[in-house]
Amino acid sequence: MNELVFFINNVVIAGSVTGSIYAIGAVGITLVFSIMRFAHFAHADMMTFGAFMVLLLTTLFPQAGQAIGVPTAIVMLPLAIVLTALLAVIIDRTFYRPLRAHGVKPIVMVIASLGVTLILQGLIRLFAGTGGQSLYVDDRKEIFRLALPIEGVRMPVVITEPQLYLFALTILAVIGLHFFLSRTRLGKAMRAMSDNPDLARASGINTNMIVAVTWMLVGGLAAIAGTLLAMDVTFKPDLSFHILLPIFAAAIVGGVGQPFGAIAGGFVVGFAETLAVFNWSVLLRPFRDNLPTWLELPGNLAFVGTEYKIVVPFFILVAILVWRPTGIFKGKVI
Amino acid sequence: MPLLDARAVQGGYGGMNILNGVDMAIEADEIGVIVGPNGAGKSTMLKAIFGLLNVTGGDIFLHGKPIQNLAPNRLVELGMGFVPQEHNVFPSLTVKENLEMGAFLKPSSSRRMLARIYEFFPPLYEKRHQPAGELSGGQRQMVAMGRALMAEPKLLLLDEPTAGLSPKYMNEIFDRVKEINGAGVGVLMVEQNARQALAIADRGFVLAAGQNRFTDTGQALLADPDVARSFLGG
Repeated sequence: MNELVFFINNVVIAGSVTGSIYAIGAVGITLVFSIMRFAHFAHADMMTFGAFMVLLLTTLFPQAGQAIGVPTAIVMLPLAIVLTALLAVIIDRTFYRPLRAHGVKPIVMVIASLGVTLILQGLIRLFAGTGGQSLYVDDRKEIFRLALPIEGVRMPVVITEPQLYLFALTILAVIGLHFFLSRTRLGKAMRAMSDNPDLARASGINTNMIVAVTWMLVGGLAAIAGTLLAMDVTFKPDLSFHILLPIFAAAIVGGVGQPFGAIAGGFVVGFAETLAVFNWSVLLRPFRDNLPTWLELPGNLAFVGTEYKIVVPFFILVAILVWRPTGIFKGKVI
Repeated sequence: MPLLDARAVQGGYGGMNILNGVDMAIEADEIGVIVGPNGAGKSTMLKAIFGLLNVTGGDIFLHGKPIQNLAPNRLVELGMGFVPQEHNVFPSLTVKENLEMGAFLKPSSSRRMLARIYEFFPPLYEKRHQPAGELSGGQRQMVAMGRALMAEPKLLLLDEPTAGLSPKYMNEIFDRVKEINGAGVGVLMVEQNARQALAIADRGFVLAAGQNRFTDTGQALLADPDVARSFLGG
């Protein structure tokens, strides 16, 4: 039974954590693609920017959360969401809109977004330094150890406070997104523009406004994903950049342009990564006595070593693209 | 004052003129029909009126107000509706959501107009929760026209509304156009089925090579042997 707890800790919880962050990240990528038709590589650094804003505000007011009993980083998150949304709109106005006005090819936009990535990374390094910093400045990161009421189980299920916030906020973000896209006038207009931008314009929809709303949404979601990732580990200027490629894989696996596909893709990629590096030997240990004697149980039975984790999303990506080129949810073809 | 008054309109794509000075005017309660051979600039003229391509010469007035080169969303505000020939629905949106998008600028009247559109096109009410991409060609055309009507336009521009439809749906669409016009909406449409369209037209415009060739009432054009020989297939 201890092995099962090990499985819960290392696969169920770890996979949900990775999956949630990939999911929220991939939604942003997919929204930009569905409205503006280009792969936005600066998304990961928008996530870092959001986390950096939280770090800055938490350092300035380290005790703000204690009054209401939540981590200060969570208290500062709404403000960081607004600031990152603002940054996203400013970046669009400064860099992407002039290019759009020229009617450039999508690849030009992609290259421009790489430039924005470098600018953001440089700026964040300039102000935040290159080392790791905890978002728990004056708070203590709670770790919950839940002992299962089963005899013989010594290992507790371990879950941390930021992970609980991550799950709660992921659920909220998914419900909120669904409500926004299916019930509100602006959300429906966003879907309409994703379907057919010319007809959206012919219907009187102000597409410039929809673009701005999209960036606000994308910036806000990036801030949530970046902050929760940095809370779970520690803030580093390149933390989110390292998960840019799995996030893109998640968006493509889910079907580009499909927000709920991106969420599904995020969890598929997140769990696949976790399952690939999981040491399956642990689960076989209880059956060691029943195994034939010639079969010796190796100490490590993971599919790939942890250091090769990054190849897993690409393996899934290739498999999905071969099996179903438009992704799980029938998205657009890039 | 005419509802739409276009004078000597020139325009095209990428510096090449397709329209070489086209005149076109209709009154508020009229149906105007544009016919002519392929490449005559029929659809281009509609797009020029709706601000979808650059008008390089001439003037276009809506109710006496100059509108050339205004953005389409401004023209919708001013009372113009446009139904493109192709890709004229949002395929992943439901029928109801498609119609709602037509009233994007007037959300307050959305509910009232929805009821009217459903009354006007009963099949759409039954399919209102279905994605528009799953509908048949005729029903899509209804969604597209319904979407444009949701904004309560004074002038409706239709680009080949019966293209690719079965005769049954074709007659249905022509009947609907007459009804829409009967409700006080000016209609300007491009049609391949020239005879049938001119039969319901108050004004007919025969274009060729980006210029007016004949302009008269629909009946007069149908009766004109020159028009019949050159443009209506004898």
